[in-house]
Amino acid sequence: MAAVDGLQFQEFDDAENLLGANRDATTISIGDPNEKPTNQRRSLGNSPREEDDDLLGNADSDKTELLAGQRKSAAFWTFEYYQKFFDVDTYQVLDRIKGSVLPLPGKNFVRLYIRSNPDLYGPFWICATLVFAIAISGNISNFLVHLGQPQYHYMPEFRKVTIAATAIYSYAWLVPLALWGFLMWRNSKVMNIVSYSFLEIVCVYGYSLFIYIPAAILWIIPIEWVRWITILVAMCLSGSVLVITFWPAVRDDNRRIAIATISAIIILHALLAVGCKAYFFDVPQIEVPGVSGSIASVPRFC
Amino acid sequence: MAEVDEASKPLFAGLSDVSISEDIPVEGEITVPVGSPSHDDEYSTLDEPVKETILRDLKAVGKKFGHVMYPKKSTTLLRDWDLWGPLLLCVTLALMLQGGSADSKEDGGPQFAEVFVIIWFGSVIITLNSKLLGGTISFFQSLCVLGYCILPLTVAMIVCRLVLLGGTGTASFIVRFIVVVVSFGWSTFASTAFLADSQPPNRKALVVYPVFLFYFVISWMILTFSPSHSDGATDTGP
Repeated sequence: MAAVDGLQFQEFDDAENLLGANRDATTISIGDPNEKPTNQRRSLGNSPREEDDDLLGNADSDKTELLAGQRKSAAFWTFEYYQKFFDVDTYQVLDRIKGSVLPLPGKNFVRLYIRSNPDLYGPFWICATLVFAIAISGNISNFLVHLGQPQYHYMPEFRKVTIAATAIYSYAWLVPLALWGFLMWRNSKVMNIVSYSFLEIVCVYGYSLFIYIPAAILWIIPIEWVRWITILVAMCLSGSVLVITFWPAVRDDNRRIAIATISAIIILHALLAVGCKAYFFDVPQIEVPGVSGSIASVPRFC
Repeated sequence: MAEVDEASKPLFAGLSDVSISEDIPVEGEITVPVGSPSHDDEYSTLDEPVKETILRDLKAVGKKFGHVMYPKKSTTLLRDWDLWGPLLLCVTLALMLQGGSADSKEDGGPQFAEVFVIIWFGSVIITLNSKLLGGTISFFQSLCVLGYCILPLTVAMIVCRLVLLGGTGTASFIVRFIVVVVSFGWSTFASTAFLADSQPPNRKALVVYPVFLFYFVISWMILTFSPSHSDGATDTGP
């Protein structure tokens, strides 16, 4: 063993041994500490101290690389495969929600918040909350709109929950699928700098639907212009998040195709909002009497 | 070796006549320990009267009801989970939400199947969510806890139906609203008291929120329940 550096040198030796045990490609001869290690990663520096730091620094990144590689190799029929899509903490989900309602020009939602850790928690539960928010607010608003009318029999229309669920989940999953397919196809023709994975697109769409939850609650107010302003504000905010996210992905393409893609995204987003409002929320106006099949009784408060 | 001879005599009687050469040393113990049948440790429930079996299960269910009504951090619900309680509560709730819709098919209230599916499907999804986020609770334990914590809401449903018998005006709505809100808070609090320890610490809110949403939807169904038969002289509301 070394005689000069004493303790320091022995630490270096230990680290070397440990790292040698971790990596298969190591070709060090452990016995002679004075020999420079011949491993491809470590042909740096001369003094043991520099090598020590570099070794430990490299070791961390090597270890994390190894671990990351091991983490991602679960098969798709095992539970662990899906667990990596739920690898988010509370503050991360809250940050992503904040990022989806406050579009910052130049700050890409995917790069800033998702950072190659797309999760399925946000999209799934935001869609579920939105479904119930729309259904419940629709019920409340219909009740308030028809209050005082003799023919109206209040019923909690449960069928609407199913319809709302189908519409919102289709939007949140099929549109990203179509967009991803389209972007992949364009990628094969034009080399784009930015490309997103399917889950990242699902994530962006899911989180962008968050703004509609407070919008749906505000739609209870039975005043038409309030509702339209709410729709406009919500659409602008989340639409701009979507545009800022996807513009870099189509920017290098043919100008017309890029504009068409972006407008399609915006139009579909608007269509969802307007469609939900039109279907679930009745317009407050004079209703024609003669509702079919219900009991002609005084309106009851639930 | 002598034991082996005695034990194997009836079977291999002829072999004892075979002479074994002295050159081949036959050594070692070949006695096979015969284990006694371990039936004394298990309590066989096949022979007891049916009443006892049913009562024992009912008592277990009742004890868990008590734990839900006075939620302390106990592990009884988790240790001895059973799904009888949730089934009982779910069926009661679904039946009471029917409203006896005798008049028309367009009664927009939830059908029995819808309530059943929402409760069980919702519980399964919440359990999957909790496990995917890294929770250490098992699948059926979580179903058990979520099902048992519907008890306050079922009690609220019974109270609401009794209140609705008395009238459907504003006062009855306020009373029902308060009852439902209180029981919703109770359910959510009870279930988080049981589930909290099994969740990873920085994801607790992520696990609690779906439970909150689940009980909120059930509370909404209870609150908006309207019996289809008219009572006649009721006031027209606010």
